[in-house]
Amino acid sequence: MSLAGYVLGLADDALVLAQRTSEWTARAPTLEEDVALANIALDLLGQARYLLTYAGAEEGAGRDEDALAYRRPSSEFRNVHLVELPNGDFGRTIARLLVFSAYRYELLTRLADSADPTLAAVAAKGVKEVAYHRDHAAQWTVRLGAGTTESRRRMGAGLADVWPYTPELFTEESAALVAAGVAVDPVSLSEPWLAFVSGVLTSAGLVVPDVAAAPGGGRRGVHTDAMGPLLDELQSLHRAHPGAVW
Amino acid sequence: MDFDALLAADARIEPRDRMPDGYRRTLIRQIAQHAHSEIIGMQPEGDWITRAPSLRRKAILLAKVQDEAGHGLYLYSAAETLGVDRADLLDLLHSGRQRYSSIFNYPALGWADVGTIGWLVDGAAIVNQVPICRCSYGPYARAMVRICKEESFHQRQGFELLLTLAHGTAGQRAMAQDAVDRWWWPSLMMFGPPDEESPNTAQSMAWGIKRHSNDELRQRFVDMTVPQAEVLGLTLPDRDLSFDGEHWRYGEIDWAEFRAVLRGDGPCNAERIARRRAAHDDGAWVREAADAYAAKGVA
Repeated sequence: MSLAGYVLGLADDALVLAQRTSEWTARAPTLEEDVALANIALDLLGQARYLLTYAGAEEGAGRDEDALAYRRPSSEFRNVHLVELPNGDFGRTIARLLVFSAYRYELLTRLADSADPTLAAVAAKGVKEVAYHRDHAAQWTVRLGAGTTESRRRMGAGLADVWPYTPELFTEESAALVAAGVAVDPVSLSEPWLAFVSGVLTSAGLVVPDVAAAPGGGRRGVHTDAMGPLLDELQSLHRAHPGAVW
Repeated sequence: MDFDALLAADARIEPRDRMPDGYRRTLIRQIAQHAHSEIIGMQPEGDWITRAPSLRRKAILLAKVQDEAGHGLYLYSAAETLGVDRADLLDLLHSGRQRYSSIFNYPALGWADVGTIGWLVDGAAIVNQVPICRCSYGPYARAMVRICKEESFHQRQGFELLLTLAHGTAGQRAMAQDAVDRWWWPSLMMFGPPDEESPNTAQSMAWGIKRHSNDELRQRFVDMTVPQAEVLGLTLPDRDLSFDGEHWRYGEIDWAEFRAVLRGDGPCNAERIARRRAAHDDGAWVREAADAYAAKGVA
């Protein structure tokens, strides 16, 4: 895989989850949570913008952040399936945020030491943001897990919904870039990730779901049926006015 | 100092000061209505976040709508200093017993509406709200200082969005003009009924809650906005608009429309409240869980 391809994976994970998270606007359970979810979406969007710009520059075909966000078909998006899944209820949203931000935290922590100075800088900034996302998700997981019978049921159901999509996060993808010290080996993230997540689940009185892995394929451009409608919504206005400046 | 002496000295009334019941009731109603307007106001623009045509615009809009949630929080907190509870105020909103600004009962039909809301609706809100920074009630006045700074930023962002469209393709210019045509008159209505039909103004002025009459503020907004429309190269849908050497005089406002929207018969009244209630109801289990968890911590 090329460096541009690797960076696109990092960018698309952030962009697609920013898009999903922003769907919560004016729909959150409390006003404080409206503010928090908007903040998380903004952080992820910011990460996506740096990374898309960098991927475009590395690719060298003159594509900027908007060309990459708005004018690629689904088959060229390299995000994992986990981020494209519909939000579901607040329990599933939090479950996804917990497993994703715990993964991204481990990833960016190591990427901050990348031999590629741009990636290292973006990661060093992003890890501070993702640390807050992870903390926010962990606190809600515990509150919902230990709150009421209903919240415990919903939090458990949300975890079971997203868990099959977690093995894809740790799939080997870019051996040459890892060997060059540019990319992080995703396989190496699995253990510290599981240690953190299972610690949170224990505090919440929940257990790691026993469910089979979903097939994955997002990094290769193979997506779930949730991806088409998500991109339609993201891209339609931009695509309706070719050549326009916004 | 007692209440009247504080008012006479143009000093601030604080939560622990004695105040007339009518003053307290008026403030609770006004601050709550203002808070409700902020959170209902998240809907028309918020619906464009997922469709924003560039990532820069998406980030700007997301941040703006987040600011509105923040304004709602400051204002509910200011209302709570008067002895009411946010949850009760939300119930009053959901059951239709308290209002929010009627402007949000108009739909945001296109992307240019996002810029137009920023330019005209936030512009009108600023004209209404800057004098509230000098409101006699301290917590409200202080909340408004921060809100006005953010609103003024939003207004300039909206103007810049429209300016970009106005200098864009024919389709973008048409989109901008269409949105301005739809939002101009409703934005004039944001200042409330004409002075002769505004029965509460005199008392609110005596209490230092209100500093200028509805018509004064409306005129200030028109005078400020007409030259901005010229810079944008967009027209305002009023053939009677003319400069008399001092002010821009405007045509007759359709007060029947104003009253209809206020009564609940605007284009989106039902939709806005239904969406707000659905979010509240869908989130009930989350709030109950948070309360239950907090109670366990105390025990």
